[in-house]
Amino acid sequence: MAFFLTPMDRIDSTGSYRQGARDATGIPALVLAAGYMGFGALAAGNGLSFSGTLLSTVFIWALPGQLILVEMHTLGAPFFAVLLSVMISAVRFLPMTVVMMPLLREAPSRQPRYYAVAQLISMTGWAWAMARFPSIPPERRLGYFFGFALTLLASASAATALGFVAGDLLPPLAKLAFVFMSPIYFLLMLAGSTNDALGRAAIVFGAIVGPLAHLVTPQWSVMLAGLVGGTLGYAAHRAWRRRARSR
Amino acid sequence: MSEYMLLVIACGAGTYLWRGLGVAVSAKLSTDSELFAWVGCVAFAMLAGLVSRIVLIPSGALENTALWQRLAATAVALVVYFVVTKKNLLAGVLSSAAAMYVLLVAVAKSAG
Repeated sequence: MAFFLTPMDRIDSTGSYRQGARDATGIPALVLAAGYMGFGALAAGNGLSFSGTLLSTVFIWALPGQLILVEMHTLGAPFFAVLLSVMISAVRFLPMTVVMMPLLREAPSRQPRYYAVAQLISMTGWAWAMARFPSIPPERRLGYFFGFALTLLASASAATALGFVAGDLLPPLAKLAFVFMSPIYFLLMLAGSTNDALGRAAIVFGAIVGPLAHLVTPQWSVMLAGLVGGTLGYAAHRAWRRRARSR
Repeated sequence: MSEYMLLVIACGAGTYLWRGLGVAVSAKLSTDSELFAWVGCVAFAMLAGLVSRIVLIPSGALENTALWQRLAATAVALVVYFVVTKKNLLAGVLSSAAAMYVLLVAVAKSAG
């Protein structure tokens, strides 16, 4: 939430903020809104509170972590198991931020504004920035990203609220279809996001271990899917690569 | 304050930890290490396990749908996403929800 402490005029003397906001308005915001609407409806369907669900979008700002939180909490998982799982799902932000920071500034800097912009990094914003930054002058990138990511955050928050409320307004069958958007959004994100064999191996093993672990221990199934499935995927990929090399 | 609200705040702080750490160490950390590769696998597998569990053994509202309906709607999503629209996420998600709605209505009609 530290971005409220950074006056916008200090990072936006060139209109780059508005340019970022304009670029986000359209497909990026719309796709993300579909995911967050499904998430809002899912949380409502699980009987969770409106305020907590809306706040999770602003505070966590990572839909995978939010989905893990909502599902594990609904199944009655212990506090620290939920927290640990969400934190493991968020480790990706470390390499993502490390890769992005040098593109945002000309020299290494720890000014508060960089800690503020870090809160706004999400999968959608990061991927967009990686693709778009080369064509934006370095001094305009920080303002551009603030504009882009804050627009995403605003539309995702609105979508979370709308999805949560729409569940009650829609007829029961339409609501079920609406709730189903959330897992499908992730399924397609996962299936489409990785082009390398390592990521694919992890996804396949995780998808197998997840439901099996759920039959044994629902509360720990998410973590088991990650640790067991992920390690199996990693090991299988290594073994396969070693064999391919020794041939 | 409810446990849900406390979790939201704790998970928000826990997620920010990685982002803030990324800013702090960005000048001196290489991201192509084996450790990062494994952590990436764990994160991918965790999400994949969760999604396949929700489709196969859902909790909450989706318990009121049948397995074959969920699998059929998933197939529609994959075909629209990969084959018909060449990776249009919005089209894949919306067509899958539409398919799920049609299947639910069809079953409700035939049941009475």
